[in-house]
Amino acid sequence: MERDVLKSAVESLLFVAENPLTVQRLCEVIDGVEKKNIVSVLTDLQAEYEGAGHGIRLVEVAGGYQFRTARENADWVKKLLSGRPPRMSRATLETLAIIAYKQPITRAEIEAIRGVDVDGVVSTLIERALIRAVARKDVPGRPFLYGTTREFLETFNLKDLTQLPTLKEMEEIALAATGEEEPDEPPTEE
Amino acid sequence: MTKVQLPIFEGPLDLLLHLIKKNEVSVTDIPLSMITEQYLATLELMQSLNLDVAGEFLVMAATLIHIKSRMLLPAGEDEADEEEGEDPREELVRRLMEYQRYKDAAEELQKREVLSRDVFVRPSGSAEGFTPVGFGEVSIFDLISALQAVLARLPKEELHEVTLERISVRDKMTFLLEVLRQPGRVVFQDLFRDMSSRIEIVITFLALLELVKIRAIRILQEERTGPIVIEPTGAIEDSEGLEAEKDQAGSRHGT
Repeated sequence: MERDVLKSAVESLLFVAENPLTVQRLCEVIDGVEKKNIVSVLTDLQAEYEGAGHGIRLVEVAGGYQFRTARENADWVKKLLSGRPPRMSRATLETLAIIAYKQPITRAEIEAIRGVDVDGVVSTLIERALIRAVARKDVPGRPFLYGTTREFLETFNLKDLTQLPTLKEMEEIALAATGEEEPDEPPTEE
Repeated sequence: MTKVQLPIFEGPLDLLLHLIKKNEVSVTDIPLSMITEQYLATLELMQSLNLDVAGEFLVMAATLIHIKSRMLLPAGEDEADEEEGEDPREELVRRLMEYQRYKDAAEELQKREVLSRDVFVRPSGSAEGFTPVGFGEVSIFDLISALQAVLARLPKEELHEVTLERISVRDKMTFLLEVLRQPGRVVFQDLFRDMSSRIEIVITFLALLELVKIRAIRILQEERTGPIVIEPTGAIEDSEGLEAEKDQAGSRHGT
């Protein structure tokens, strides 16, 4: 298949896809094309959209590729969609961070780190499909072990979990941190 | 009257980190007397403002006082810093640093290009957010009234019968999904048609709520007095995910 034709086809598929499209899936749909050719046109497309004058980016996220609006246009897009973006409270975000780094992890283990009860927050995260129960821990009571979902990667624009900043880096930040307080927000949990 | 500005603390560790930062002292060398004093003062303030002071805050207060008392013992305060395991504050410091690490991690997450806040994808045409014309979402109060109507139709139980019913929310969720697999919508009242026990109806109702919660189904009503109908959203195809959710629900409400 000619390169231009392939690029055009890939672009169309990306446009209609609801979720990030994997290279694997693209290969299945456009059969008879080598993986490396697909990756190569994806890279081309990414570069083209990255160029000036485009309000759309081709982003590699959650193991696939997806068209997303450019960050600088967020305000207008929000106005058009007239929806409030789901706000995440500090408690929710902290709990999510703990789960992301320590998964699979039980509620009790999260509570040990945060020093507070996390039942409500964990339910909220499940509701938002950012985490899910992945297994049960082999200890008395067989508690659930939680892990992050594909939606988590999609929400935070991560290709995969390895893209999270390493905790070693975080440790350095922690030691250096004497910065000012974040503005406190009212708890939005139940 | 003075206006008191009090930040919301996520927990005792959060409050301690706040005090440490405010006093510009090092986490690894906490001036315990001062911090304990301020910690207790904050708790008092929270209580006087009628804020709910969770038990965890009190446990930490006790811990602080305990550490403080241990530090007063003449076990060589000066060498404490050199010799690991000697400093009674060590465990607390470890916890504080670990918590700080995840607070920072959370902040890092927040800084990323968050979907539907900073960047957007094309709204999907069908499933999410699409409500057929003429139908409105039903409030929980409407649902509860509908449930009451169903329960009211039950014959009055004259005898008090004790039976061990083996119905779980999980089973009912499976049942509901099975019913909804058939094309078209299902009317709320029809779901309960063949049920004769109160507990079964209530559990089915709970299962319905669980399914709404995980966005597997949608509950709609044509007009204020119209029938309440239920339809699948098609959002949950990942059966593995549903299994996990159901497990959860089952463990919470199982009978």
